[in-house]
Amino acid sequence: MAAAQPAPYGVIMTIPPRLRRALVRMRRDLAFVAAGVPLHLVPALLSWWALSLLADTVTGTSSDAPVVLTAPLALLVVAGYGFTEAQRWRFRAICGVELPRLRFAEGKRQLGYNWLVGPLLGVLEVLLLALVSVALAAVLVLVWVWLTPAEWRRGHPGYTTTGAYLTMLGLVALAAVPPLAAGLVRLEILVGRAVLGVSRSDELARRVEDLTESRAGAVDAADAERRRIERDLHDGAQQRLVSLALNLGLAKATLTDLPPEAQQVIDAAHREAKDAIEELNNLVRGLHPAVLDELGLDAALSGLAARAPLPVRLRVDLPAELPQRTAPAIEAVAYFVVSEALTNVAKHAREATRADVTVTRLAEILRVVIADDGMGGADPSRGSGLKGLAQRVRSVDGTFRMSSPVGGPTMMSVELPCPM
Amino acid sequence: MPDVRRAVIAEDSVLLRIGLVRVVEMAGFEVAAEAGDGPELLAAVEEHRPDLAVVDVRMPPGFTDEGVRAALTIRQKWPDIAVLMLSQYVEERYAADLLATNTSGVGYLLKQRVADVEEFIEALRRVAGGGTALDPQVVAQLLVRRASDPLERLTARERDVLALMAEGRSNAGIAAQLVVSESAVAKHINNILAKLDLPKADADHRRVLAVLRFLGVGG
Repeated sequence: MAAAQPAPYGVIMTIPPRLRRALVRMRRDLAFVAAGVPLHLVPALLSWWALSLLADTVTGTSSDAPVVLTAPLALLVVAGYGFTEAQRWRFRAICGVELPRLRFAEGKRQLGYNWLVGPLLGVLEVLLLALVSVALAAVLVLVWVWLTPAEWRRGHPGYTTTGAYLTMLGLVALAAVPPLAAGLVRLEILVGRAVLGVSRSDELARRVEDLTESRAGAVDAADAERRRIERDLHDGAQQRLVSLALNLGLAKATLTDLPPEAQQVIDAAHREAKDAIEELNNLVRGLHPAVLDELGLDAALSGLAARAPLPVRLRVDLPAELPQRTAPAIEAVAYFVVSEALTNVAKHAREATRADVTVTRLAEILRVVIADDGMGGADPSRGSGLKGLAQRVRSVDGTFRMSSPVGGPTMMSVELPCPM
Repeated sequence: MPDVRRAVIAEDSVLLRIGLVRVVEMAGFEVAAEAGDGPELLAAVEEHRPDLAVVDVRMPPGFTDEGVRAALTIRQKWPDIAVLMLSQYVEERYAADLLATNTSGVGYLLKQRVADVEEFIEALRRVAGGGTALDPQVVAQLLVRRASDPLERLTARERDVLALMAEGRSNAGIAAQLVVSESAVAKHINNILAKLDLPKADADHRRVLAVLRFLGVGG
């Protein structure tokens, strides 16, 4: 015995997974149904009480009725919201169904649910629970019969057979419980969603509101992140690179008696360090120029225009008397648009000799127009630069238009909303 | 040592500051003090009264334009101290602000120019000697707004006036030279300023910019 495996008693207790799932489901459905009974019937009783008191008041049978009537009426009003909340809890906690919180103005729908639909559902729930109890009782009949003394059973031969039939019927009824319970739960969810849930347009409106808010948050977060990266690069890598280039420059200037090969190496390293600074500068500038925060769009754009590899004519018309400066997120997008567009012109616009950048603010719109005299043929659906640009414009609800017929000229027009 | 010129260096990156000190010393300056932010710089300048201040634009605590503001204070309080600004990027506004008060003894260079040691030393000496050292990118930015070539839009007489302005003459001096009335000179100057599309600012500032533009900016 000592060597024997631990008794595999689990085998006896093992329930096939499908049956286990069915049992878990049934238990949940029955709990849902059982919890529904008081929540549906108590308001029904309350309203019944109120109605009978009202009838008494009208017919004048009871002189107390008008006074007592205030109690169920007050309860009806106060409890209405309580019952709705309890229903929401029941749907969420037991079934995992989220019913949106109703606005105060939607009280009519709550009343409809609690006083009209609810009692009907309550009756169905009571019927189902009754079926369960009756079925259970019927199943046990055979056991009772079997427990009676054998002589008694012999004296009453029909009882055993009847008991067996009843138990059979009970088993059939019990088998019907899970689908019935599931059906009732499904019906309740349907009704609950239809009556207590929000209407489709309300839901969409709420969703749009949520999305707008979360997107604005995402845009701001991305902006803050760009700023942080710019700052980190400025304080770290950029200073290090300048220092490196400076030291190489010092080596070049002071170590004049080195063999020519060594000098060539130092020279090449010096050049590369300077190129790296230039490249990193351009990259960091594209992220978020510090000057944008300090001096605004105008100054930041003139820096961009000056660094562009082709002549750029820049016109910025931002009325000084605006109540407030354009939002930083919008300015950042405008800057990014011009930066990307000029990079694009320099890289792709064949035979472009010049570019025009015009930035104008018309009340609630910031318009950025970039034109070049190249050969055109730019396609915004290709090329990650233009696509990223259009995306970034859309992220702040801006519009992006581009016209670039083959043969040129190319014109890009971006309008950004500036709510005041 | 009355001949040794002294310099104060303001740069928050310690690594770079060490290199800067070496270059400034190579240029023949004695480094009187090193500073890591604006207030430190102003205190050092107050204490040592150097000939030259080499100033980084972005410094703690805000890492924005602390250096520019400190430099402007230095220009205002001690006009004979030369200031050389170093900046990661060139911002035309900063340069214009710096040049607005006085164009002598001023420099505005990209930080990376320090790597070209000999040219940088040259620039240090020029600025300390009362000259100017403007980064080619500053020039590019100052010129970016001009149409094809705004100088072409000036009449011959306006160009004469601009040339005399560049020499540093007053309105009265220009009037005497050209044998016209002073109000005529003022009118010419207004026309010049209008034709050069200069950003709106006070008259002196625009006058300096007009001159810089005429010179093609630089020395």
